[in-house]
Amino acid sequence: MSATDAAGPAAVPAPPAPPRAPAPDGSPGAGRRTARRRAGRAGQYLALLCYLVFLAFPLLWLVSTAFKSPQELGSVHPTWLPRHPTLDNFRTAFDEQPLLHSALNSLLIAGISAVVSVAVAVPAAYAMVRFRSVVSRAGTGWILVSQMFPLVLVIIPLFMVLKNLHLIDSRLGLGLVYVVWTLPFALWMLQGYVRAVPVSLEEAAAIDGCSRARALRSVVLPLLTPGLVATLMFSFVTAWNEFFFGLVLLKSPEKQTMSVILTHFLGAEGAADLGPLAAASVLATLPSLLFFALLQKRLVGGMMTGAVKG
Amino acid sequence: MSAGAVLRPRRGPRRGAGSAPPRSTAARRRVLGLDRDAWFLLLPALIPVLVLSVGPLLYGISLAFTDAQSGVTSSTAFTGVDNFKELRLDSLFWQSFRIGLLWAVCVTVLQFLMSLGLALLLNQNLRLRWLARTLALVPWAMPEVVVGIMWRLVYNPDAGILNNTLHHLHLTDGTTDWLSSLSLALPAVVVVGVWAGMPQTTVVLLAGLQNVPLELHEAASLDGAGLWRRFTTVTWPTLRPVVLSITALNFIWNFNSFGLVYVLTSGGPGGKTELPMLFAYDEAFRYGQFGYAAAMGLVMVAVIAVLLAVFLRNRLKEDES
Repeated sequence: MSATDAAGPAAVPAPPAPPRAPAPDGSPGAGRRTARRRAGRAGQYLALLCYLVFLAFPLLWLVSTAFKSPQELGSVHPTWLPRHPTLDNFRTAFDEQPLLHSALNSLLIAGISAVVSVAVAVPAAYAMVRFRSVVSRAGTGWILVSQMFPLVLVIIPLFMVLKNLHLIDSRLGLGLVYVVWTLPFALWMLQGYVRAVPVSLEEAAAIDGCSRARALRSVVLPLLTPGLVATLMFSFVTAWNEFFFGLVLLKSPEKQTMSVILTHFLGAEGAADLGPLAAASVLATLPSLLFFALLQKRLVGGMMTGAVKG
Repeated sequence: MSAGAVLRPRRGPRRGAGSAPPRSTAARRRVLGLDRDAWFLLLPALIPVLVLSVGPLLYGISLAFTDAQSGVTSSTAFTGVDNFKELRLDSLFWQSFRIGLLWAVCVTVLQFLMSLGLALLLNQNLRLRWLARTLALVPWAMPEVVVGIMWRLVYNPDAGILNNTLHHLHLTDGTTDWLSSLSLALPAVVVVGVWAGMPQTTVVLLAGLQNVPLELHEAASLDGAGLWRRFTTVTWPTLRPVVLSITALNFIWNFNSFGLVYVLTSGGPGGKTELPMLFAYDEAFRYGQFGYAAAMGLVMVAVIAVLLAVFLRNRLKEDES
């Protein structure tokens, strides 16, 4: 726990120091002040280092474990980096569990549900921003309230409803659930993007004889595209990473998503084959990590426009 | 938004020359203050939400008052508050409830303090800032199952890096079994919760910090205010509303969390990390007690709602004074 302790509350650093005009040379306080400022800087770098260690070391360990040979994994003196990097763990992982198949399941379920979720969220977000009324307030309220309920309260009736519809243990059923599951956030983000589209453009289109539907399609939508892409990716990542619904709603191994398949590596007693476990985990993270890397700025920006102005 | 009002021509006389459609027809189409266009736009989202979210939620609440069991749908009977009476005496549930509250408070507080520290650092012009920024976002992109697995590898008593490092630093003898120890399991799991939840909080706080007016800082600094003084008088007041909402949300998310601990310990050892969601999950999907588990869920919501109401009211009152 050393990393955590070091980076804990004690390390909460000083608030940002505004740029100060350098004290004129020779003034009595100048030397002391620069010394103190230097010490402050050093303290900040030390704190930053602690954070970097805390954030990075589990990740490094995961990736390193994924490339280690069985001999090295069994060694009493583990090393940070694999001495003889190998891909064996990945091969074993694919042999042990239907990884590829589960990845395709996840891709399909998360992809389709993200598309549907965003498709229904766009008009709704537009309506919530442009027609402010009882319903848009109710919508915002629902977005917040939906965060409050423990999933067990939703999953039991959902389980029964889907069972009656013969959608238990069905990828379609899980996809439908994910549409609703990702919807609050999609709405949240998209509202921010819709607000950023100037109404004057729509008015101009209306004056030129555009119907609202036409204005929506050919004026608003193109301007929303970057926001749409960001929301789409975010919904995808949310569904790809989701675990609880997948665990409850899918029983046959050939239908399960990657998150659920990963837990099979843990075995009944929790005794796991560490190498393949790490290898499969690395693979499961790659798609969402890729999206985040590509869209980092936009995702954060989108969440913020939704959150700060919401 | 004033802009929105302009686009609602049917509500009032339109400014300028546009020829608005007659108000009377529009008024006839209005339901709940929305005209037909708006309903048409909302409907695609409304239907799935009603069918798969609001509906099941209401149904779930009603299930809490029945003896519904998995697989036995025909003979479900309304049992009134029986479930809650039974729950009141269920010491195991209350144990998990206490653990859940403890976990949620610890994780939320640590998450907040650490994220505030990181956000303040990232708001500075420091050299390795980009690396920290990127790293701080990574946990967000990771499936919680992977986060759990990753930390199991770190905590592993034999092959884990934590024991090894601590041993090298002569801090422990390097044989600690973190996740199986009755006293260490919960703290160990809390650390993972903090790690996993830091990105959101950091990003939100960082956005809040960027709203802090720099001129105020400079003015305070010219008046001779030190770092701490400037933090409490300038930064904190601006940040406060953001802190309020993110802390409340984090608390709810943490109290209701499931996957992370499911993968790390499955509630063990000896129920020391058995969060209420894990407990209710077992009750519902291992023992098939749907009605009873739904009652647990309802109790969880009720307590969270009360706590939040108290928390938010106190904070709002403080803000007023």
